[in-house]
Amino acid sequence: VWCMMGYVCLCTDATLQVDISDALSERDKVKFTVHTKSTLPNFKQNEFSVVRQHEEFIWLHDSFVENEDYAGYIIPPAPPRPDFDASREKLQKLGEGEGSMTKEEFTKMKQELEAEYLAIFKKTVAMHEVFLCRVAAHPVLRKDLNFHVFLEYNQDLSVRGKNKKEKLEDFFKNVVKSADGVLVAGVKDVDDFFEHEKTFLLEYHNRVKDASAKSDRMIRSHKNAADDINRIASSLYSLGTQDSTDVCKYEHTHKIEARVAADEDLKLADLLKYYLRESQAAKDLLYRRSRSLVDYENANKALDKARAKNRDVLQAETSQQLCCHKFEKISESAKQELIDFKTRRVAAFRKNLVELAELELKHAKVKGLVTVRSR
Amino acid sequence: MADTARDPPPESTDFQELEDGEDLFPEPAATQESGPASLPAEDISTNSNGPKQDSLFDDDPEDLFAEATEEVSLDSPERDVLLSDGPSPAITPITPPTSVITPRIGLAHDDMFTHSSFDEIEEEEGGDSFDIHIAVSDPEKVGDGMNAYMAYKVTTKTSLSLFKTDEFSVKRRFSDFLGLHSKLASKYLHIGYIVPPAPEKSIVGMTKVKVGKEDQSSNEFVEKRRSALERYLMRTVKHPILLKDPDVLQFLESSELPRAVSTQALSSAGLLRMVNKAADAVNKMTIKMNESDAWFEEKQQHFENLDVQLRKLHASVESLVCHRKELSVNTAQFAKSAAMLGNSEDHTALSRALSQLAEVEEKIDQLHQDQANADFYLFSELLGDYVRLITAVKGVFDHRMKTWQKWQDSQLLLQKKREAEAKLQFTNKPDKLQQAKDEIKELEGKVQQGERDFEQISKTIRKEVSRFEKERVKDFKTIIIKYLESLVQTQQQLIKYWEAFLPEAKAIS
Repeated sequence: VWCMMGYVCLCTDATLQVDISDALSERDKVKFTVHTKSTLPNFKQNEFSVVRQHEEFIWLHDSFVENEDYAGYIIPPAPPRPDFDASREKLQKLGEGEGSMTKEEFTKMKQELEAEYLAIFKKTVAMHEVFLCRVAAHPVLRKDLNFHVFLEYNQDLSVRGKNKKEKLEDFFKNVVKSADGVLVAGVKDVDDFFEHEKTFLLEYHNRVKDASAKSDRMIRSHKNAADDINRIASSLYSLGTQDSTDVCKYEHTHKIEARVAADEDLKLADLLKYYLRESQAAKDLLYRRSRSLVDYENANKALDKARAKNRDVLQAETSQQLCCHKFEKISESAKQELIDFKTRRVAAFRKNLVELAELELKHAKVKGLVTVRSR
Repeated sequence: MADTARDPPPESTDFQELEDGEDLFPEPAATQESGPASLPAEDISTNSNGPKQDSLFDDDPEDLFAEATEEVSLDSPERDVLLSDGPSPAITPITPPTSVITPRIGLAHDDMFTHSSFDEIEEEEGGDSFDIHIAVSDPEKVGDGMNAYMAYKVTTKTSLSLFKTDEFSVKRRFSDFLGLHSKLASKYLHIGYIVPPAPEKSIVGMTKVKVGKEDQSSNEFVEKRRSALERYLMRTVKHPILLKDPDVLQFLESSELPRAVSTQALSSAGLLRMVNKAADAVNKMTIKMNESDAWFEEKQQHFENLDVQLRKLHASVESLVCHRKELSVNTAQFAKSAAMLGNSEDHTALSRALSQLAEVEEKIDQLHQDQANADFYLFSELLGDYVRLITAVKGVFDHRMKTWQKWQDSQLLLQKKREAEAKLQFTNKPDKLQQAKDEIKELEGKVQQGERDFEQISKTIRKEVSRFEKERVKDFKTIIIKYLESLVQTQQQLIKYWEAFLPEAKAIS
C-alpha cells in the first residue's frame, strides 16, 4: 500500500494486518476482498477473507462518527465512492466512433482508455485499503466491534445505502454543524495549543482544497496534451514521411508524458485530496471538542443556577461532572491525535514529494535519452 | 471486467527502459530557442552560378504565335485579367518592360527549361546546394487608422550571380506578397508548376493591428504572419524555375514595387477570381478524363489521402498547442496555490519544501509555454503550409485535366470540320471548300499544339511532384528533428529544476 499515512507500521504489526487482496469491478459496483491476518483472540481464525462493497465501508465509517466514545479521535476519512462514469463514458464514445478511425488508432485509444480505467480502479482499491489500515493501526478503533464484524462476518452486512430521507437528514445535520461551527469557531479557546490548531486547521484546510483543485486541473491538462501527442504519433506514422524510428521516439515521448501525468496524479493530487479529507476530519474533531466545551460551560451555568435555586443540584452536579469528564477526555486524546496528524502529514508529504521529484527526474532523463538518440 | 488490485505505484513495469549506458547528452543541441524558430536556409555550398540567364529570353516563335491565336475559353480569363493587370494602371511605370511580356515568354522559356536547363539545374543542385537565404523581419506599422499597414523588411543573402549584390533588403507590405503570388500563379500554374501559395489574408487579424491594439494577440498575429511570409519566400526561391522569374527578382531587389491593387479581397478582381473558382469547380466535375497514365491516377489518389491525413494531423497539433497553453496556465495557478499552502503549513521544513515546489512549478509553466510556442511555430504552421500546398498540387492536376480537355475539344472540332469538308467535296463551292481546308489546317495545328501542351504539362507535373515529395519528406524530417530537439531542451531544464528540488524534499524531517 502506498502510504498516505506516512508510516509503514501496519505491515509490521502482527497482531492485526488488514489489506485488500483482490477486487472485482462489475457493471455498477466494485467488490473488494478484505483479507485479515490476526493473532488477536477476538477472531475465530488467524487468517480469513470477506467480500465487501463500498456502502459497507461507509457504514463502518459512519458508525465511528456516530459513536460518542470516539468523539476525541480523528476518524479516518471515508474512501470516496468508486467513480468509473467518466472512464466508461469515454470507452462508450470510443466504441461509437470506431468507424471513423483506423484500426491502429482504435486499438491504441482503446488500450489507453483501458489503462486509465485500470488506474482509476487501482486508486479506488488503494483508498479503501488505506481507510482500513488507518483503522487497524489506531489503538482504540482497531478494537471496535463493528470493525471486527466488518472484517469477519462472511455474509452481506445488509447495509443499504442511505435512502432519500436519511440523506436529507444528513444534509440538515451538516447544515447545523456548519452553523454551529461558525459559532464555535468564534469562541476563543483558553488553551493555546487548541487555539493555534483551530486557526491553523481552518486556513490549512482551505488552502489544501484550493491546491487539490488546481492540481487536478493541471493534471487533466497534462493528460489532454498526452492524448494529443498520441493522436499525432499515429498520424505521423500513417503519413509515412518519417521512418518508424522517429515516430517511435515521438510515441515514447507520449507514453512518458502520460506516465508523468499519472505519477503527478498519484504523488501530488491524491496526496492533496487525502489531506483535504484528513484535515476535514481533524476539523470535525475540533468541532466536537468545542461542542463538548460548550456543553461543559452550559452544564456549569446550569449547576450554578441549580445551586442558586437549590433545586435538582445533584442532577446538575452529575451532569456537570459528565460534561467535564467528556471534555477533558476529548481534549486529551484530541491533543495526541492532532500531534500524530502533524507527524503523519509531514511524513506523507515528504515521502510523496521525494518520490514525485525522483519520478519526474527519471522520466525527464529517459525522455531526454529517447529524443537525443533519434538524431 | 475483473481486475486484480495488487500493484505498487506505476514503477514502469510495462515500460521498456532504455539503457542508461549511453551518454545522455552527446553534445548540447542548438541554443535554446526562446521564440518561434524560423526555418534556416540550407547549408551554403560551392555552387555559385545558376544556369545561364541568356536562355531566359530566347524566343520560340512558333509557340508565341500559337498562344496568340488561342481562343478564349473558361480557363483563361483569370490569366487574361491578370495579364492586363501586370503593371497596374494606377502605378508609376517603374516596372521594367520584361514584366509586360513575361506571361508569353514564360511559356516559351518553360519549354526551354524543361527540355534542357531544368535537367542542368537538377544536376548542379544535386546535393541540396542552395545558396540563398531570405529573412523577413522588423515589422513596422505605417500610417494610421484603416489605411494603416504593416511593412516588413525582406533581406536576401546570397552568392548566386542571378542577383546584383550579395546582400540587400527592401520593404514590402503584405499585399506585395499576394501580388507576387498572383503573378506567379498566372504564369506557371496552368502549365503544371506547383506555385507555393501565399499566406492567408486575415481581415480580423489585420483590423486589430490597424486599430492599434498593442496587445499580446495582435503581436502574436504579426509574428505569425512574419514567419509565414518568410517561409513563403524561401519556398518560392527554392523552386529552381521560380527563383529566376523576373517578378521574383524584382520583388526581392527593387526598392519600389507597384502596388498590387487587385489582391484586395473586395476588389472587382477579387470577385472575378471567386467567380472563376466556382466555374472551375463545376467544370472539374464534368470533365471525365480517360486516364491512360496510371502514374497520374495513383498520384492523384495519393494526394487526396495526403490531404486528409495532413488536415487531421494539423487539427491534432492545434489541439496540442491549445492544451499545452492550458497546461501552462493551470501549472501557474497550481504554483500559486502550492505557495499559499506552504505559507500556511506550520512545519518549517515542509513549508519551505512546498514553497520550493511552487517555484519549480512556476518555472515549469514557463517551459510549457515555450514548448507550446515551439509546437505551434515549428509544427502547426508547417502543417498549415502543407495543407495549402496540397491544394496547389491538386490544382495543378486539374490544370492538366483542362489541358487534356482542350486538346480533346480541338480534336472533336477537327473531326467535325473534316466531316463538313468531306461533304463539301460533293458540292460545287470551291471557295467554301478552300475555307474549310484552311480551317482544317489551322485546327490540325491546334490539335498538335494541344497534344504537345498536354504532354508538356504531364512531364512538368511528374518532375514537380517528385521535387515536391522530396521537399516534403525533407521538410518534415527537419521539423520533427527540430521538434525533438526542443523536447530535449525541455527535458534538460526539467532535470535541472527537479534535481534542485529533490534535496529540499529530502530535508523535510
